[in-house]
Formats: sequence, structure tokens, C-alpha cells
Amino acid sequence: MLQKIYDWIDERVDITPIWRDIADHEVPEHVNPAHHFSAFVYCFGGLTFFVTVIQILSGMFLTMYYVPDIENAWNSVFYLQQEVAHGQIVRGMHHWGASVVIVMLFLHTLRVFFQGAYKKPRELNWIVGVLLFFVMLALGLTGYLLPWDNKALFATEVTLQIAESVPFIGEDLKILLAGDPHIVGAQTLTRFFAIHVFFLPAALFVLMAVHFIMIRRQGISGPL
Amino acid sequence: MHRGKGMKFVGDSRVRENDDRHIPKDYSEYPGRTEPFWPNFLLKEWLAGAVFLVGFLCLTVAAPAPLEKMADPSTPGYIPLPDWYFLFLYQLLKYPFASGDYVVIGTVVIPGLAFGGLLLAPFLDRGPERRPTRRPVATSLMLIAIVAVFFLTWEASSHVDWETRAEQNKIVEDVEIDKESEGYQVYSDQSCMSCHGENLEGVSGPSLIGTEHSADEIKDIAKNGIGSMPAGQFEGSDEELQKLADFIAGLGEE
Repeated sequence: MLQKIYDWIDERVDITPIWRDIADHEVPEHVNPAHHFSAFVYCFGGLTFFVTVIQILSGMFLTMYYVPDIENAWNSVFYLQQEVAHGQIVRGMHHWGASVVIVMLFLHTLRVFFQGAYKKPRELNWIVGVLLFFVMLALGLTGYLLPWDNKALFATEVTLQIAESVPFIGEDLKILLAGDPHIVGAQTLTRFFAIHVFFLPAALFVLMAVHFIMIRRQGISGPL
Repeated sequence: MHRGKGMKFVGDSRVRENDDRHIPKDYSEYPGRTEPFWPNFLLKEWLAGAVFLVGFLCLTVAAPAPLEKMADPSTPGYIPLPDWYFLFLYQLLKYPFASGDYVVIGTVVIPGLAFGGLLLAPFLDRGPERRPTRRPVATSLMLIAIVAVFFLTWEASSHVDWETRAEQNKIVEDVEIDKESEGYQVYSDQSCMSCHGENLEGVSGPSLIGTEHSADEIKDIAKNGIGSMPAGQFEGSDEELQKLADFIAGLGEE
């Protein structure tokens, strides 16, 4: 039955090449921990993706309660933690996931670096990967403000001072982020919310797609 | 693109009929002990992912996500602190060569060089060798960077008094205190107020709002003291003591 449905779709849309790229390919011996235990270092990239999926799902559920507004942001987070069933776990997953994803990214980057896997022909994929790292750090930075507690507010003031110290564009960069040359307030919160929930995830999805397409096109780098 | 007479397409689409280009090679044609990703290897990944998820969920249950008091720009003396993975950049700004007039060095130049180098690594390290021991410059630069990041993070976090910080920024629930109640009368008649405050918010003694002690324990503490609180603070009747204990134990309860 499933095969028939597959064949019916395949005849019209020719999905076999897509299916091959996603699933129906060989896993070489040197990356398989079943054969060489040290190959567990190849898991870090996959675990980064896994935690990213956790972040996306838990973040989607958080926005069901979160209100990006200085009156209600903190209260909505407090309500989510105290009153909503499993709200504490969902927020906990998003909070700790933000740390775990950085750890996994760090380990994945080190694996690729020390194995020299960024060398020809994989230079472009390394660059995309480092850009993904930057996007992830920016997600952590913008997400830190959203609970709108003291920690968030004062850290963001420092962030904006750092942005301001950039030569030539500093002033404009700060206003772009904060929405005002002096006040860290309602505008800042909504801007950080928009950046955290729309702009950066969009960049993240595009870069991740390019990253994965290049991996499938080039294959995993060979053994050392 | 392959064109020619005799090619057949599905309907008027560009999908070819009877296309056999995509029949994969047999796995035995690949070198080494390869394994199909679907479904064999994916099952193992799934298991590893499940174990990881269980550990991750244990972390989230054991350590709830922190939330401090609502943002208040007028909070006196609040020391800003970024998330832990930015601590190394934050620490950099404390050194004299990267702060004050030279802050651009700490905010732009050093991080720019480090992350720029990381971004352009494939074009800086161009040799064909992949083994870390065969490219000593790249390897040692990366090791130095790792040591620097760990050192700066450790320096930054060792200067933070995490416990005092958590205590100071704890959320204090606003509790409506009925100052007409009999319990509050006893509270203000006795010497409690001088240490625990007019609104039980705590002065030299701790806040009594939402205390973990039961009414019976509070009775005992009022008479016999606890910690740095001396015995014999309460000098009223047993009836007043009961009212006081019930009043304090009832605060902050839903």
C-alpha cells in the first residue's frame, strides 16, 4: 500500500532523487561508532541539529503564552512557569537547550577543525557553518532579553553599549537594535523579539538547508 | 540536459517516464563496512538521540529555568552579567588594554580577528594536510584560542558571588498584609517588628512571608529562638502566641 502511494507520487513528481539524498545513502565505516567507538565525535553535528529542533519546537510553544511587551512580558513568563501545566518544563527546555546547543556547536566545530575537514572541497560549507555559529550566538543574545527580568535588562544595556562602541556604524547599529538612542524599553523588547523569532530563525533555516545540501552533495570527509 | 526523440514524459511535465537513472549502487560496491542510513543507521541514531533527550529532560526538571525580579532600571547597584557563553568576551572588556579609550580593541578588534580567522580558516590554512600534527600552526593557534576562552570564562565566573546574587534577585511575592488582624496586633506589640520589618519583609532578620515553617515550629522559634535569633523574644500569653503563629504561617499561602 505504502509502496503504491510512493510509486504514484514518484511517477508524477520524481521524488526518488530527493529520497536518496535524505535517507537512502550509505554510511561509511569510519563514521560509524558501531565499528570504531572514537567515531562518536561525528555525533556532535547531529546532536546540534537535534537540540535545534528542540529549540524550535519549545520556542513555538513558548510564543503561545509569551507577550512581547514590557508590562506583560515578565508576567507572562512568570505565569507560564507557575500556572501552566508543564510550562516550567517547556521553558526549561528552551533555556537549557540554548546552552546545550552552544556546547554541541563548539564540539562540532572543534571536530571539523582538528580533522581538517574544512579543506578543499569543503571550504564553503565551513563558512556556512561558522555563519550558523554566529546566528546561534545572536539567538542566545536576543533571547536573553525576552523574559524582561533584571538580568535581561542590564545585560542588554551592556550589549547595546558594546554595539555603540563599533567605529562609524556604532550609533546607527544601537538605534537599529534598541529602537531609540537612549531608552532601553518597549521598542527594544519588541525589536529583540522580532529579531529572535523571525529574522534570525529565517537566516538559520536558510543556512541549515545550504549546510545539509552541501553535506549530501559532497559526502562526509574521508578518514584521516 | 538530455534531450532527444523518443523521450517520454509524465503528462506535460518535465519528469521523465521510465527513468532508471536513480537506482542506487549496491552497498557492497562501496569500500569498507558501509551501512545503509535508512533504516539501520537511523535506528542507532534514534537510540542515541533518545538517551540524550532523557538526560536533557532530567536536567530541565532538576534545574528549573531561572527568573529574576521584573526589570527595573532603577535597581541600585545591579551588576550586569551575560549568559555564560559570552562571559569570555565580557571578561576581555575588564582588562585595561581593552577598555576605556581602547574599548574598540576589546569589542571589535580582538573578537573580530578571532572570529574572522575562524570564518576564513580554509583560506588561511591552505595546505593539503588534514592531520592536526601535520599542520602545527593551525592546531596551535586553535589550542591557544581554546585555552584563552576557557581561562577568560573561568576568570569572569570566579569573580561572581553566585549565591548572594541569586539571593538578592529572588522574586519576592507581594503579599497583602492585613494590619487590622489580631495576629498583626500581636506581631507589632511584641519586638518582632524591629528585626523582621513593618511588613514582615525582613530587616536584620529574614522575611517571614511564605516561610517554610509550620505554625507549631513558629511558636517554638518565637520562644526559643533559631540561628542568630535569641530565645525569649516572645513575652505574651499562649493565646497570643497561637494567633501570631497562625498569622505568620498563613502568609503567602494560596
